[in-house]
Amino acid sequence: MIDTLVIPLLKILIVLNAILVAVTFMVLLERKVIAWAQVRLGPMRVGPHGILQPIADVVKLMIKEDITPVKADRWVFTIAPMLVLVPALVMFSVIPFGESASLFGREVTLYIADINVGLLYIVAVASIGVYGIILAGWSSNSKYPLLAGLRASAQLISYEVAVTMALVSMIISAGTLSMVEIVNAQANHGVWYLFIQPVAFFIFFVGGLAETNRAPFDMPEAEQELTGGFHTEYSGMRFALFFLAEYANMIVVSTVATTLFLGGWLRPFPNVEALAFLGILPGWCWFLLKTFVFLYIFLWIRATLPRYRYDQLMRIGWKVLIPLAIANIVVSGIFKVMF
Amino acid sequence: MATKPRPMFDTNELVLNMGPQHPSTHGVLRLVLRLDGERVVGCDVVVGYLHRGIEKLCENRDWTQIILLTDRMDYVAAATNNVGYCQTVEKLMSIEVPRRARYLRTAMCELQRIASHCLWLGTHAMDIGAMTVFLYAFRERELILDLFEEYCGARLTYNSMRIGGLPLDIPPGWDKKVLTFCDVMSKKLVEYEELLTNNRIWLQRTKQIGVISAEEAIAIGLSGPALRGSGVKRDIRKDEPYAAYDEMAFEVPVGKAGDTYDRYLVRLEEFRQSIRIIQQAIEGLPEGPIIGKVPRMIKPPAGETYHAIESPKGELGYFIAADGKSTAPYRFRVRPPSFCNLQALPRLVKGHLVADVVALIGSVDIVLGEVDR
Repeated sequence: MIDTLVIPLLKILIVLNAILVAVTFMVLLERKVIAWAQVRLGPMRVGPHGILQPIADVVKLMIKEDITPVKADRWVFTIAPMLVLVPALVMFSVIPFGESASLFGREVTLYIADINVGLLYIVAVASIGVYGIILAGWSSNSKYPLLAGLRASAQLISYEVAVTMALVSMIISAGTLSMVEIVNAQANHGVWYLFIQPVAFFIFFVGGLAETNRAPFDMPEAEQELTGGFHTEYSGMRFALFFLAEYANMIVVSTVATTLFLGGWLRPFPNVEALAFLGILPGWCWFLLKTFVFLYIFLWIRATLPRYRYDQLMRIGWKVLIPLAIANIVVSGIFKVMF
Repeated sequence: MATKPRPMFDTNELVLNMGPQHPSTHGVLRLVLRLDGERVVGCDVVVGYLHRGIEKLCENRDWTQIILLTDRMDYVAAATNNVGYCQTVEKLMSIEVPRRARYLRTAMCELQRIASHCLWLGTHAMDIGAMTVFLYAFRERELILDLFEEYCGARLTYNSMRIGGLPLDIPPGWDKKVLTFCDVMSKKLVEYEELLTNNRIWLQRTKQIGVISAEEAIAIGLSGPALRGSGVKRDIRKDEPYAAYDEMAFEVPVGKAGDTYDRYLVRLEEFRQSIRIIQQAIEGLPEGPIIGKVPRMIKPPAGETYHAIESPKGELGYFIAADGKSTAPYRFRVRPPSFCNLQALPRLVKGHLVADVVALIGSVDIVLGEVDR
């Protein structure tokens, strides 16, 4: 009873809340990091160094008027933000934050579920979120969101192909789809897959940027062109859901990248004995640290690079990343068979 | 036999209204775009949302009050507007401006050019998505505004010129500060270039975007960096020198391709040339009075004149007719570079994507205060 119901429910509760809190503070982090990159201070008013800014933001968004445009398709308009947020949160169910920890004398695994098709599950759920964006753009019945919705659909679909193919070559190396087993495989190999599959990592990272609509691929919400893109007509909490989803997606991509390519909860260079002292940090600390590095890179890129144009983005996706991913699969396969 | 296949779906042009409230139209510009997918097939520019009737107002103010109104046209380059107007009246009245005043005017015009170009660079980069450059450029613009504040107390609309010269001499130590600023600015330019000039995304976004040939540019009436980007070596500072430009050594940069990237390069080089001019003007600043012999009551003799200067955005011309009797101009007309350059926009955006439209608005560098007046 306790093992099958209470503990999983507790874990879900903790993860869900932790993610939502992480997301709000991610917004603060983004504003701070970009402000520092731009010789500004960022939020400073709420709390010391603006540390309580996320709370103020949430309160503000909650008490804002929730407007549905008269011409919008009410039902779709309401469902779209949920359709974006829910898949982003559901994906966390298979992310292994660590191996296990003993809590009150009980061995508890630090992941909600370890299903044998974990990676496939993530890829499948991730693609549902696209519908939310398309529907949001379409149901607003306004021209800018419509253009953004079209951009989003084209962009996300083409990048998903590349990302999934990059993951295929990764799976060839790991020989499993289970997220936990992938980390264990890296422990057995004694090396992170980043070094075995650098090309796959590169494609996954670029594709991840595109899939989360982050700079330099933030066309669907290009503020300067489409005045906010698909969420132009949204306000209040519904707008906040899109916002939450974007940051939750960033965290998902970072955690997946950490798990697949940076050895999840493993310490750096797990096979080098001389670095055994790094083991004093528990696994989940390493995991969070690596995720944080990824998130920081996301922000860093946003502060540095201009935005690609929509057609250029498609060209990169179809003409560079996808052929590269296919070639990578072939090369990985040959290596797997020969060695 | 050969019947035309019936299209499965109707295709329609999508009419998209961009502005007057839009983050990238730099004020209250309104574009009516006709789109085929995301490709622009037609573009109508609608202006007039910021029309304040400045030209008519000027005809009802006396000659010195007009200086104040000229501030409000190109409000990011107020000093050049002042200089242009004052020189036109001086030409009308044949007033001799002392050498010191001409040197200071030159220095201030160039400071203003840098400030205006900083604003252009920042917003242009921001439109293309590089938002850090925006804040870097504004940081340097702030230094120039501080210099102007120290000189005349105002930061945006300076009212910093008088007919016949300048209202005030420079405060002590101001020249040193300007020279320090020149050194700072030269270093910061490297920073901008690192972020943009060789950036692959920047190159892809600006090369071959909005190409305009030299002949076409002249036919449309482009001026300033937008014209020089197409390879036409036309700069009023060199061709018809005013203030102290004939005593300064500087180059006029020109582009080759006439695309957005070349216009960007031309403006970046203008930063450097402006710094050069400021250094020469401040280092060689002659002693003497700052205002010439001007009658108490400014009443130009009957006649009319046109005088143009090279404002940061292009040829800023004033046509003024005086009837010799009243203390206000009989007719006051401005040739605003922004307005004339804006004419090229529908031609530039044709065939490009929506994302390029904002890049091109930035590339022609307009200020709506000047377009509408």
